[in-house]
Amino acid sequence: MNLFENIRVAIRALLSNKLRALLTMLGIIIGSGAVVALMSFGNGATAAITDQIEGIGSNLITLLPGRFEGGGPDAAANADPLLFDDYTAVKENVPLARRTAPSIEMFQTIVYSKETVNAAVIASTPEYLDIRNFEIDLGRGLSASDNSTGARVAVIGPGLATELFGGLNPVGREIKINGVFFEVVGVTVEKGGGFGGSDDENVFIPIETGYRRLFGSTMVFNGKRTVSNVLISPLDADDVDQTMVEVERLMRRRRGLKLSDDLDFTLFSQNAFLDAFSAITATLTAFLGVIAGISLLVGGIGVMNIMLVSVTERTREIGLRKAVGARRATILTQFLIETMMLSLIGGAIGVAFGWGVSALVRRFDLLDAQVTMGSVILAFSVVALVGIVFGIYPAFRASRLSPIEALRYE
Amino acid sequence: MTEETQDDNPDYVIDGRNLTKVYTMGDNEVRALDGVDVQIKRGELLSIMGPSGSGKSTLMAILGCLDSPTSGEYHLDGEPVHALGDNALAGIRSKQLGFVFQQFNLLPRTPAIEQVSMPMIYAGIRGRKRKQRAQEMLELVGLGERMDHTPAELSGGQQQRVAIARSLANDPAILLADEPTGALDTKTGIEIMALFKRLNREEGITVIIVTHDVEVAEQTPRVIHIRDGLIEKDVINETVVDIDPNNIPAH
Repeated sequence: MNLFENIRVAIRALLSNKLRALLTMLGIIIGSGAVVALMSFGNGATAAITDQIEGIGSNLITLLPGRFEGGGPDAAANADPLLFDDYTAVKENVPLARRTAPSIEMFQTIVYSKETVNAAVIASTPEYLDIRNFEIDLGRGLSASDNSTGARVAVIGPGLATELFGGLNPVGREIKINGVFFEVVGVTVEKGGGFGGSDDENVFIPIETGYRRLFGSTMVFNGKRTVSNVLISPLDADDVDQTMVEVERLMRRRRGLKLSDDLDFTLFSQNAFLDAFSAITATLTAFLGVIAGISLLVGGIGVMNIMLVSVTERTREIGLRKAVGARRATILTQFLIETMMLSLIGGAIGVAFGWGVSALVRRFDLLDAQVTMGSVILAFSVVALVGIVFGIYPAFRASRLSPIEALRYE
Repeated sequence: MTEETQDDNPDYVIDGRNLTKVYTMGDNEVRALDGVDVQIKRGELLSIMGPSGSGKSTLMAILGCLDSPTSGEYHLDGEPVHALGDNALAGIRSKQLGFVFQQFNLLPRTPAIEQVSMPMIYAGIRGRKRKQRAQEMLELVGLGERMDHTPAELSGGQQQRVAIARSLANDPAILLADEPTGALDTKTGIEIMALFKRLNREEGITVIIVTHDVEVAEQTPRVIHIRDGLIEKDVINETVVDIDPNNIPAH
């Protein structure tokens, strides 16, 4: 008796009790569906977080005042602020750090006509938008001459544009930032999301204008202009570590820190951030996978349970099959194939079901759920394994039945 | 009249010598068969009779290669089968023997043609040939019109006919029937007996019927009586009762 015949016999046996077959498969369907769906959610979450972090600016290194290790915000508040001169020194002395921009971030009241909103004003040099991957949608960006002349011009985020102007074109209109008139010259392309505040609600102004018109004495320390932070973006991702080493060396020298002294500034890279988040989301995905795997295991035990009941219920059938010439191995294979079919068909339905759930989640924009081939293969392998492991015992029991006793079974 | 034990005779399709079967239940030994000699010629039609517990079911299980004797020799169609293992016995059952049971033992929710095909699957007969043979067998037992019916859609007599067609599927030399009329009414029982007689007469199949029903035994030319694991008597029935199923005498 060949495999094909055996599969036909198994299908016929399953079809002769469709409801039971379906109920048995339910556990497997839910289990494998959960593996595929939950892992796609995990992958979606990872992709979303990675996207957002990368959206902030690739290869981005941030230089901040104060020591952020364990000290909390107080340590930063008490530390010496970063100077505008620190920025110039980095730009001039670290060749890998040519793409760099100082920035001052401050919440200010923005007024247009009757609309008043609070928004983050980011004062920087023209390179800032490029380093942070902002693109211009309407109008123009900030130029070097805007900065050198201290022009009262601003580029605003699309979210803020809608809030202030509704459907009107913001370019050319005047807004008041903290009581000072600025002309809107451009609107950035929508980025969506954003990490710790939306990237679409900013106001960008030239840093020189900020010093002259807005910040006054708040951004001066011992007679020197200060900045909130300095962004550095090496062109090549491979240069990030080396750049950090060189910037740290430069800053130590500028601040007169010996090698044994603790740093009173902080350098962190987006990559380190990304790595930390990747580790977290990978753990999350694995965790979801394990939970789904457990439900698959429970489904498998359900299959074994039903198959054992089925062997008892079909004792006479087994006796008959043996009487008409079925060998032990044939009966063993038949029941094993029945379990395998239950598992694999259930697995296929489950994978389709999980895929559907994942597609639905995407459709409704809840999460960018991504079904990976890996999770499908994992679900199928586990399902096949479940079929064999939980099928062997009932099949073995069936094959060991003595034909006369089986035929006499009531 | 008791038949004398004869020496090896190639005409014997069944030749059992000194067959014993001992079951151990705890400390008790039950001798279900206690040295039985039985010879059956090719093409015979006979009954094995005996009260329950007499050992007739055990004898049938051994003759049908469903079980092995504890001791003794059993040649089936000249081949010694008393020492064969499980798989070899399954092969013998597949090729040489057909079984008919009191409770029909059909597969639930399965059409007649599939029931009859089943033994051929295990014998390795392929698709089209199998279907054709199954159709022929169902026509032979008079169910050519009901090939796609499931047991639930068939009467008891029709179900037993399907079972008989199934037992004939692999063209066996011997047909073993265990109380084949036990679950049927008198008229249907007579029809089934008539079918056995026809198969015996026209197809030359050796038919062995195990029964405790005298009216069934009366219809076979030879009756072996079993009691307490021994052959009590082995008689040739001089006056075989032949009932025409179309003209059943009133009781």
